[in-house]
Amino acid sequence: MGVPIDLKMAWRNVWRNPRRSLLTIFAIAFACLVLVFMLSFQFGSYETMINTSVKIYTGHLQIQAKDYQEKRDIRLVVSDPKVIEKHLKGIPHLQGFTFRAQAFSLVSSGKRTYGTLVNGIDPKNEASVSRLKSLIVKGSYLSPNDYGTVLMGQLLAKNLRVGIGNEITVLGQGRDGSIAATVLRIKGIFRTGIDQLDRSTMYIPLNCFRDVYAMGQAVHQVVMVVDSLSHVLSVKRQLAGIILHLSADPSLVVLDWEELMPGLRQGIEMDLISGVVFYLILILVVAFSILNTFLMAIFERTREFGVLMAIGVTPGRLMRLLFIESLILTLVGIGAGIVVGVLVTRYFQFHGIDISGASDLLTQFGITGRLYPRLSYISVASGPAAVLIITSLAALYPTLKVRSLQPVKAMETV
Amino acid sequence: MQYIQLAWRNIWRNPRRTIVILLAVLIGVWSMVFLGALMRGITVGMVKNGIATLTGHLQIHYPGFHDDPSIENRITNVVQLTETLSHVLPDKSRWALRVRVPAVAANARHSAGVTLVGVDPVTEARVSFIGGAIKMGKYLSDEDDHSIVVGEALLKTFNTKLGHKLVLMSQSVDGEMVSRAFRIVGSFRAELMSTEKQYVFVTRRSAQKMLKLRKDITEVSILLPDVNDVHRVREALLNALPNSEYEVLTWTELLPLLTAYLKLYDQFILIWYLVVFVAMAFGIVNTTLMAVLERIREFGLLQVFGMRPFFILGEVLVESFILLIIGIAAGNALALACIFGLGKSGLDLSAFAAGVEFAGMSRIIYPDLQLQDWVMANLVVLVLGLVVSCYPAFKASRYRPVEALAYA
Repeated sequence: MGVPIDLKMAWRNVWRNPRRSLLTIFAIAFACLVLVFMLSFQFGSYETMINTSVKIYTGHLQIQAKDYQEKRDIRLVVSDPKVIEKHLKGIPHLQGFTFRAQAFSLVSSGKRTYGTLVNGIDPKNEASVSRLKSLIVKGSYLSPNDYGTVLMGQLLAKNLRVGIGNEITVLGQGRDGSIAATVLRIKGIFRTGIDQLDRSTMYIPLNCFRDVYAMGQAVHQVVMVVDSLSHVLSVKRQLAGIILHLSADPSLVVLDWEELMPGLRQGIEMDLISGVVFYLILILVVAFSILNTFLMAIFERTREFGVLMAIGVTPGRLMRLLFIESLILTLVGIGAGIVVGVLVTRYFQFHGIDISGASDLLTQFGITGRLYPRLSYISVASGPAAVLIITSLAALYPTLKVRSLQPVKAMETV
Repeated sequence: MQYIQLAWRNIWRNPRRTIVILLAVLIGVWSMVFLGALMRGITVGMVKNGIATLTGHLQIHYPGFHDDPSIENRITNVVQLTETLSHVLPDKSRWALRVRVPAVAANARHSAGVTLVGVDPVTEARVSFIGGAIKMGKYLSDEDDHSIVVGEALLKTFNTKLGHKLVLMSQSVDGEMVSRAFRIVGSFRAELMSTEKQYVFVTRRSAQKMLKLRKDITEVSILLPDVNDVHRVREALLNALPNSEYEVLTWTELLPLLTAYLKLYDQFILIWYLVVFVAMAFGIVNTTLMAVLERIREFGLLQVFGMRPFFILGEVLVESFILLIIGIAAGNALALACIFGLGKSGLDLSAFAAGVEFAGMSRIIYPDLQLQDWVMANLVVLVLGLVVSCYPAFKASRYRPVEALAYA
């Protein structure tokens, strides 16, 4: 036989009133569907935001001089990056690294002058760390032997009224306080979609930067990309161990993407917390919506319970029976909700969601094109788990009521 | 009237069941109204902040300045413009003339791109946030020639303090780079750190002198007594001003991202309403269905006594209606209490300061209940609630008297 008698009884009781049970199951399934989809949607957009930000701005990890992150002082440098490079080679999960140097300077075309952040990059390694190469919309990316060429943001080029092949002059201050000045030829124009970057950044070859800004061998950032977000912390720990033993720069620090972009992390936290508030309220509404089913299933059967008790069914067993009934409803609902939720989410995971009208807005946060939800164990399991807990609590209330039933009195009720 | 009395009594035949479903409606309506108001509060805060941060309700520039904020695109006939403004703008409008150009700020330690804003201290204070934002030191006065007011965050990145010098560089009207040293006399706090880093304020006269502008300006920012008038006033301005020399933009055009945000929130609020309602609807249908099905015999009896099926349908709907009204009223009361309770202090998100900044929100959110959201939330619940109640109501009215009486 196999199936315990209680379970069998509970199953049959559930289907004594199929319409009511189905409505209850639908309510639970609906909540689960919404939760699975929304959580996957949120996680998917977070991942897109983190990945694009990491690939455009910061990398997953950086080694910098202490305080550089906050002060951006050209004198706070990593003085001997070659030594660090040697150590980086053997670290597992480290996908790529590059050196960068930055200085704020005045950039002029014949007609216009703007303040600009000038970045010195290693063209070859940069391509393994950032998306810059793929963002070129005009001209071409820097090649390894380039010197005196520049990649410029689209809005900056527009403001300066310059195009490919035009020359610009750069005027700033070198690491030693000397005047840094040079003439550069525009080789490529990039567009990230993030206005602030497109309006105020440009990239020049690192060796050129070192000469212009009197950097010697020094750089400002060692930028690293790890193969997945989950390995960032372990790689960070190894890096911390490595820089501890470097005597040339006693004050180096390792920063991860959360420290490099605190706004992004907190923005995600905030969004997640507000999401959780919404979801809890939704579950609560559903719980009260179905509480009546649980309640009614019991009150219209008072007589039946009286009879059952009279023939020797203990209150404990009766409670168990009722709880199993509620559990069946809940579990069937959750199961259906998860299945439909996963199907719907998978559909959008492949096709994406078009947030029409908001695309300009989302590009500023690094989200381009469509939004893709992303299924994960957490996004599938956590919502339904919360539904299970809260509906079980709701089911507990009527179940406990059974305890106080008196067989004789119960049988008298109609 | 008899209907309502009948319905009212029927509802309370099973008080526990009624209370449970009322709680579901209450929580749903509460969350719609209260969370809706909080979300609206976020956007209202953003709009207020955006308008105060030098935008205003309307701006007038030389054509093309908005796209290309260069000193080449400047307004040269200031006298003509101000005269037109005083004729065309409605009473109690306020406006400020400004010089706003990109510049570079530098001291011995640091340099960064900023926006140089040359203002008339008194009129500017009545138009934008700067009047009430001074944190340390003092605000500009008309006679100040070499004074500059900067953001708190800028003081920090430049590692400087009040009384120290800051050099500004920008392009003058003849295309030359010009620089001028200013003394920091005051610092301001803004909602967003990026604002504190971006804007530096000097008097309009010293900006004009530095950039060799003579009397020219780059923009006029206008605050209207009623923000809903922007399009009408804009039309009036466009008619009164030669269009080859001026462009007039509204705040929605000046802050396109914010406008996109507002749209997104509108959609989100509506989706939220519908989701909560659907969750509620299952409960409403189920409860009404139960209440109906256990009374089939009774309905049969009523029909035997001559009650028409149509009236039974109405009777069930009136019951639902009463339930919904009570739930909605209670939900609104609770939501209003929450909104009122939070109205003074607001919801402080300082713990997420960096995240708030990232999203461009204000640090403190004040719930803002707008009529349209409020009406929408209540209508969704009431109308759709009645619609879904039709199903059990139809069921009740469709039984034939004989069938119904035989119903066990």
